[in-house]
Amino acid sequence: PTDQTSIALFLCHPLHWPSLPAQRKYMRSPPIPEMATQEVQLNETLAHLKTESETLKTKLEEERAKLHDVELHQVAEKVEALGQFVMKTRRTLKGHGNKVLCMDWCKDKRRIVSSSQDGKVIVWDAFTTNKEHAVTMPCTWVMACAYAPSGCAVACGGLDNKCSVYPLSLDKNENLAAKKKSVAMHTNYLSACSFTNSDMQILTSSGDGTCALWDVESGQLLQSFHGHAADVLCLDLAPSETGNTFVSGGCDKKANVWDMRSGQCIQSFETHESDINSVRYYPSGDAFASGSDDATCRLYDLRADREVAIYSKESIIFGVSSVDFSLSGRLLFGGYNDYTINVWDVLKGTRVSILFGHENRVSTLRVSPDGTAFCTGSWDHTLRIWA
Amino acid sequence: MSNNNASSNLVVAQRTVKQLRLEASTRRIKVSQAATELKNFCIQNANKDPLLMGVPSSDNPFRPPKSCSLF
Repeated sequence: PTDQTSIALFLCHPLHWPSLPAQRKYMRSPPIPEMATQEVQLNETLAHLKTESETLKTKLEEERAKLHDVELHQVAEKVEALGQFVMKTRRTLKGHGNKVLCMDWCKDKRRIVSSSQDGKVIVWDAFTTNKEHAVTMPCTWVMACAYAPSGCAVACGGLDNKCSVYPLSLDKNENLAAKKKSVAMHTNYLSACSFTNSDMQILTSSGDGTCALWDVESGQLLQSFHGHAADVLCLDLAPSETGNTFVSGGCDKKANVWDMRSGQCIQSFETHESDINSVRYYPSGDAFASGSDDATCRLYDLRADREVAIYSKESIIFGVSSVDFSLSGRLLFGGYNDYTINVWDVLKGTRVSILFGHENRVSTLRVSPDGTAFCTGSWDHTLRIWA
Repeated sequence: MSNNNASSNLVVAQRTVKQLRLEASTRRIKVSQAATELKNFCIQNANKDPLLMGVPSSDNPFRPPKSCSLF
């Protein structure tokens, strides 16, 4: 048909209603009546749950807002301002053949383990800059490494989707790879790992969206943590006095606090505008800081259950890869993708120093266990110790 | 098949609501109280913080005492 009326009449004919026939069949003589009503019921319940979900989210925001009576920097107005800081590179650790992705301090305050895109994991004596051990992993992009509390082993992993533990031998000539123990198995890359307060358990986070707690000896999965909607990029364990919790950050812009025993997510924070690359507990355990691709660091107080400070400047437009606190929690160090380190006054919210030295992104940053120095690792293949 | 989709969406929705109920029931304190405690912790621990206070080169293992000068 060509004229409008004819087309309309043509389309109105039941033969030309492509999607209707099946429904009409059910209405006339339903072959499985329960299925149709069940589906309708399910959809109704789903809609009801979605409404409840939205109501709860609003309530959550209202409850948090009610207690937001002051800003952290206002409480800190009378605190003495910080003076000038003189922090310089005191040691440069050279030896990796490609980007340094992660590092961790040993409890002895002088040894460091670092991992790189080149597949190597190196243990250094930071005082002398000597390399004490080196392991070549079977994969490139070793994104995570951690020192065991005893100082006798290191854990690492990355694109191999695993976390493996290497006992450190006193014999420098011994092949460490021979004693390697595979502990964690994820279904995507390993982004971070940390021993708990003993050599016996490891906590991991992965691109598969989960975190997991493993027994090192048996490789058994003790607990898994589900809740992130995308890759989990970082984690940090609460200081031991505060109990069995840890915080994780991910590509879903969320920072989640978890109960290690139950696997339950007990608190969740979603104020960042992009991936959260790093999370670190405040030394008292009552708060944690985060660093994100949105170029800000933020402080979240766990007892007020909200963000209490943002550390940002209009001139800082590159993402934060890594954050850590000084011993008292007064200073927050952030490693940035613009090759710099910004030092923030946690209480007043202002930047107190900017440090230059690396020739590419700063990818990892940790303060030493006794707080005398901090170490950074960079895509420029080096690590630097600052004090 | 569409029943299975609806069922798994239901499970996810139920979990979300349960999680939100848990989070909504968290005990919270006022920011003024929380902030005061953060501030007090900083102040109390300030003199034990080497990076904050700065330590003399002789005490910091990373700051090399280059040469011993007698003044």
